Amino acid sequence: MINRESGTFKRTYAQDMALYRAPLARYTMIALAALGFAVFPWWASDYALNLANLIAIACLGAIGLNLLTGYCGQISIGHAAFMSVGAYSAAVLSLKFGVPWWLAMPAAGGVSALVGIVIGIPSLRIKGLYLAISTLAAQLIIEWTINHVSWISGGTQASLYVGKPSLFGFALKTNLQMYYFILVVLVAGTVFAMNLLRTELGRSFVAVRDRDIAAEIIGVDIFRTKLTAFAISSFYAGIAGVLYTYYYGMASYEAFTLNISIEFLAMIIIGGLGSILGSIFGAFFVTLLPIFLERGLQMIGAGLFGLRDQNLVATSSSLKVMIFGALIMFFLVVEPDGLNKLWNNVKDYFKVWPFPYE
Amino acid sequence: MSYYVQLLLNGLFIGLLYALIAVGFVMIYKASDVINFAQGEFVMFAAYVVAACLQLYDWPLWAAILVGLAAMVLLGLLIELSVLRYLIGRPIVAMIMATIGMAAFLRGFAPLLWGIESKQLQLPLPEEPFFIGDLTLAPTQIFAALLALACIVAVGWLFVRSRIGVALRAIADDQQVAMAMGIDVKRYFALSWALAGVIALAGGIVWGNMLGVDIQLALVGLKVFPVVILGGLDSIQGAILGGLIVGITESLAAGFVDPLVGGGTKDFTPYVLMIIVLMIKPFGLFGKETIERV
Repeated sequence: MINRESGTFKRTYAQDMALYRAPLARYTMIALAALGFAVFPWWASDYALNLANLIAIACLGAIGLNLLTGYCGQISIGHAAFMSVGAYSAAVLSLKFGVPWWLAMPAAGGVSALVGIVIGIPSLRIKGLYLAISTLAAQLIIEWTINHVSWISGGTQASLYVGKPSLFGFALKTNLQMYYFILVVLVAGTVFAMNLLRTELGRSFVAVRDRDIAAEIIGVDIFRTKLTAFAISSFYAGIAGVLYTYYYGMASYEAFTLNISIEFLAMIIIGGLGSILGSIFGAFFVTLLPIFLERGLQMIGAGLFGLRDQNLVATSSSLKVMIFGALIMFFLVVEPDGLNKLWNNVKDYFKVWPFPYE
Repeated sequence: MSYYVQLLLNGLFIGLLYALIAVGFVMIYKASDVINFAQGEFVMFAAYVVAACLQLYDWPLWAAILVGLAAMVLLGLLIELSVLRYLIGRPIVAMIMATIGMAAFLRGFAPLLWGIESKQLQLPLPEEPFFIGDLTLAPTQIFAALLALACIVAVGWLFVRSRIGVALRAIADDQQVAMAMGIDVKRYFALSWALAGVIALAGGIVWGNMLGVDIQLALVGLKVFPVVILGGLDSIQGAILGGLIVGITESLAAGFVDPLVGGGTKDFTPYVLMIIVLMIKPFGLFGKETIERV
């Protein structure tokens, strides 16, 4: 907010490409890191930590989807399926082959990326709507496969129990320990994504999104770019899936249904397509909204209308779904660039505050 | 032998019902280029309205259907006027997401009004199945197939013969030219949504009658995608043929593959079929191929 840009001149390309383009950004980042790593976990209750963990995992998944859909323009309605591939790969690797977590996690991401590449192959021929529908098919097929092949899912409930990861002999058991674990992964993922977008590959993502034919003419290998986008995005999804698995202590296909894919799409649209910060905003919003809605509605329902027990639960859960849908439509009509745009508006306002030009 | 014929026949009948839903979907896509992810929820909502009138308020069937008709036309118009009108010209993902939002809204709205528990949508049909040789046919199947055929024929007639149909086809062909010829494009967008609502009502009645009415009914909407991709997104005859192919494939898969792998292939084969079609012939059997120029 106090990110004053006036007076900072960029004299070299390196300065213009830097991650922190204004001098104060560095200090904001340090403050944020201190908040995330020290202040929040010291102050937060166990419940807040639980929410924070879920949000952090959602952030990672949303960043992955935003790389594919927001930056590379390939719509995917199968993000949760990639997460489930990651989750089950890690579970199967550690249960059946006894692979330690620090090896199972990247391996699961790799398996996800491979599946992502396979799913991405149709993008060579089809795009837009048709690609969206083919990823929808992928979601349903993967969901079905995991559910029905007992070698992967281990029988009827399709859920595998996995131990928590351990660091130097200490198992990460509590929410606080998991919080640090997840946060470190999230920071690594965010920094990687932000840096990726400054490279040639990141630029070619954007070129393919904006006009793929034009991109091809100026020498971008479209097919390779799209497949790389699919691979990276599903790697992120896979890692997010593994984190869910470690966090809950089990891999369950119910955590990765079509509805979850849609929630991730909602995150990046509400947060802002083509923006890393937007993905994070969206993950916060979409994870917290149902929880607050449910609590608020139950309080209102019990207080004003005297609803009890079953009635209360049914009504509030229906209302929750309804409001979620209405909000998506509202955002699309009123603020198509999402929360990130609102944030930028605030920043722009304060850029010249208190002396606006007009 | 008769087992296979029975499978084929079941597939044909169910395929007609898929086609019925798909026609509503194609209608919207053709006119306004919107992929309607809420088609299943439309069907569910229509079934909810009719079932609620019948079961909760004890109205006669004709009154329930009239109320359903009014509700669906209103719903179609409302969606177009309040949301989709503002999204014209936006990226595809925005359109998709808007209809997904609509779907979520309806999935919460219907049970909020009429309760989450499953309802029955009973039609005055005989209970006894018909026999043709060894083959059995349930009266509901026959009624559903007849209703589906009637709707499809009506939509076909509308598109080919009527003034509205000519206007809709002109819009599908080129919106700007259609505008220049004096067609009120926005009005026809709204009209196509209202019509899709009416078709969803027919779908809701037959599907609700077969499966019972609760929010699970919306899942039939997912079956629309293989159907329309197979037939081509903007082709009515494609929707019919696609529906039949998907219905038969599903039924045969359930008959042949299910015993081998232990069930559930019915929900899975249509999508495999769809991916194959997408790889070989992305625009489907009858879809209009778009050629992209810079």
